Amino acid sequence: MVEPAVDLTHGQHHDDHADHGPQGWLKYLWSTDHKVIAMQYMFTGMFMALVGGFMAYVFRMQLAFPGIDVPGFGMVSPGEYNALVTNHGTIMIFWVAMPVLLAAFGNYLIPLMVGADDMVFPKVNRLSFQVFFVSTIVILASLVVEGGGFAGAWTAYPPLSADSTYNLTPLGSTLWVIGVGLEFVAFLLGGINFITTLMNSRAPGMRAFDVPIVVWMIVVASILFMLSVGPLLAGAIMLIFDQTIGTGFFNPAMGGDPILWQHLFWFFGHPEVYVVLLPAMGVVIEIITTFARKKVFAYRTVIFTVVATGVLSFFVWAHHQFIAGIDPRMANIFTITTLLISVPIAELCFVYIATLYGGSITLNTPMLWALAFVATFLIGGVTGIFLGAAGADIYFHDTYFVLAHFHYTFFPIAIIGAFAAITYWFPKMFGKMMDDRLGKIHFWGTIIPFNMIFIPLFVLGMGGQHRRIYNYSHFPELALDWFQDMRVLATGSLLVMLAFQSVFFYNWYKTIRHGPKAPKNPWKANSLEWTTESPPPHGNWRPDEMPVVYRGPYEYSTPDREDDYWPQNEPSPRGSA
Amino acid sequence: MTAGARIIPFRPRPRRPEKMMSNGVLGMLLAVFVEVMLFAGFISGFLIVKARAVGSVWPPPDQPRLPFERTAVNTSFLIVSGIVLLIAHRAYQRGNKSVGPALLVATVLGAAFVAMQGVEWVALLREGLTLTSSLYGSLFYTIIGAHAVHAVIAIGLLGWAWLRLQSGRLPREHLSVVALFWYFVVLIWPFLYFQVYL
Ligand code: HEM
Ligand SMILES: [Cu+2]
Repeated sequence: MVEPAVDLTHGQHHDDHADHGPQGWLKYLWSTDHKVIAMQYMFTGMFMALVGGFMAYVFRMQLAFPGIDVPGFGMVSPGEYNALVTNHGTIMIFWVAMPVLLAAFGNYLIPLMVGADDMVFPKVNRLSFQVFFVSTIVILASLVVEGGGFAGAWTAYPPLSADSTYNLTPLGSTLWVIGVGLEFVAFLLGGINFITTLMNSRAPGMRAFDVPIVVWMIVVASILFMLSVGPLLAGAIMLIFDQTIGTGFFNPAMGGDPILWQHLFWFFGHPEVYVVLLPAMGVVIEIITTFARKKVFAYRTVIFTVVATGVLSFFVWAHHQFIAGIDPRMANIFTITTLLISVPIAELCFVYIATLYGGSITLNTPMLWALAFVATFLIGGVTGIFLGAAGADIYFHDTYFVLAHFHYTFFPIAIIGAFAAITYWFPKMFGKMMDDRLGKIHFWGTIIPFNMIFIPLFVLGMGGQHRRIYNYSHFPELALDWFQDMRVLATGSLLVMLAFQSVFFYNWYKTIRHGPKAPKNPWKANSLEWTTESPPPHGNWRPDEMPVVYRGPYEYSTPDREDDYWPQNEPSPRGSA
Repeated sequence: MTAGARIIPFRPRPRRPEKMMSNGVLGMLLAVFVEVMLFAGFISGFLIVKARAVGSVWPPPDQPRLPFERTAVNTSFLIVSGIVLLIAHRAYQRGNKSVGPALLVATVLGAAFVAMQGVEWVALLREGLTLTSSLYGSLFYTIIGAHAVHAVIAIGLLGWAWLRLQSGRLPREHLSVVALFWYFVVLIWPFLYFQVYL
């Protein structure tokens, strides 16, 4: 693979500053620089994205051509199929969306954007990645242990997840829980750093409303994560005891309650969707303001909206359980809260459109990704409203409609948002300008097949196709010809999309090798990270050049100024506007 | 100036703002929030199981009773330890360096709490209350055990702080961080005690 070579050079860049630590690769693993830790998170996340993508390829092949000998994998057994689906979901959410958007960009951007030389607790930060790294090994190991990987869906409902006489993966399912639990610990350590750094390490002059929105979003996401994950950790401990010691927390025969797990899981699970959504939303607004050359529409309203969304997100979780036998009166309440929460999210979409309105728009690769995010996420959000209405959800629950819904939310986040962020900050991170033409080819080669995968799945879902079924030819009413054609279309589009990712990696490789050097501020943007070298040195700025802030980050196209941007650190001429 | 133009007020060269809270204290507060939610998760599980108990009889009739009165003695040890630490902590903040004995008392009282809990666990295990004897036992050992793990970690930290203090290398902030964690362990205990033991 190409990327490790890249991050090695970055590590070397660091070596002259690091003091006598361990040597070579170990030294790299032992770095406390937030930029190095960000890279570690990013490359681990990208590697896991390839793993998760490969899994999708295998089970989509099985669905389109049941019983086929999948090239690169072989025949897929029903148990393997379930393990692939389960771990695909787990990996994409916990080992791709979170590490890349939250951890990698959170680590990279927060100190640079608030004008700090590093996180406030660099060693805790390093520990965070090390725990994450161990969790990665655990989850990968869980796939190959005896009995195979856990196959009880990423939501891990008991009794299937709790009792190995049902799931047949005694080792795999316990390792799965341990891996996910460790991953949570890693992000808790990271979150403490993010929040404390924003609170305590801002550059002189940076007031609360001078902080770039993406930083706010990442910090609010971290707060949501920290408030919601405790109960799930409690649940995970109980689940591990059920699995290994034989307690009965979730076993009705022993007085336990399987629905308890669902509550603990979704109390975390729904805030979690905002944990991954908010950083992506933040990335997108940074890109949109830069390339529309406009001030963000209603900065303060955005911040308040995000906080309100965060609060509301704790009161919608039971919309995942409408069919689980919860009290219908409770279903009513959760229908209302769920419909309510789509209001602030819709508002954010309008803010983005209002920011674009009347701007002078540059359609380069990062901007395309950002716009695609808004467009596709909108579809995801709108379909969520159908699911949030308890009456409609009785029909839609556990069908491919749900699956398509959350892929229209998660794909924009984890993939589109990540590509937007990478293409936008690449010059800063690696000091080279990416090839825009290759970037656009990659963009269209990803976005068109993406829609071609999931639009058919919406249709199938409305036709009644259930999720988590290994071979639809066993079900006559789901084995219709046109159903199968849709499945083949989806799988074919997936293959095209996966193939186009090579363009991205080639672009990366080519840029590092031959790309033009990036100036400090290639996009003429305002926030502080653009005021230092590309890539920034150890400590981010020279000690005597630490930035000082005079205004908010979105002063684009200010009247009466020659430049259409106004960096945050540039003193205002006395007496002028 | 054209209509609709935005006026950005002039700002003089800014200075570094005052911190609301030191880094360590803020970080520890955040960690404590997570811990509170962890215990909230356990307690909600406990309440649901309790609400579902057969015939609404709780605790289950065939299980040993928890020593409510004897644990009240333990509890008082813990509370006193917390108060002693609070006094020492505040004195140290005001610059009083001779808080070593008080810190030691708080630590020892905390350790006594854990030790007495341990003795009680042994007795309960003998009486037949185990992690798998019933959900009652599972919940008891999981919740109270989670608290005990936190207590042991906190006592270790207190001991460490005491050692640093002896050698005169304990920044005020560090004592605050450690003390904060101990306050959490102390304050959450009455909630667990009244929920689980009653
Ligand atoms: C705008 C508002 C949204 C609404 C109203 C909404 C509503 C819903 C509802 C009601 C369900 C349950 C459907 C069922 O299982 O029958 C659901 C499932 C799901 N949603 Fe959303 N959603 C929204 C946004 C999001 C976002 C932003 C994400 C992710 C980032 C997301 C990810 C998911 C996932 C992963 C599931 C399926 C979980 C599973 O069963 O495996 N949703 N959504
Ligand atoms: Cu939800």
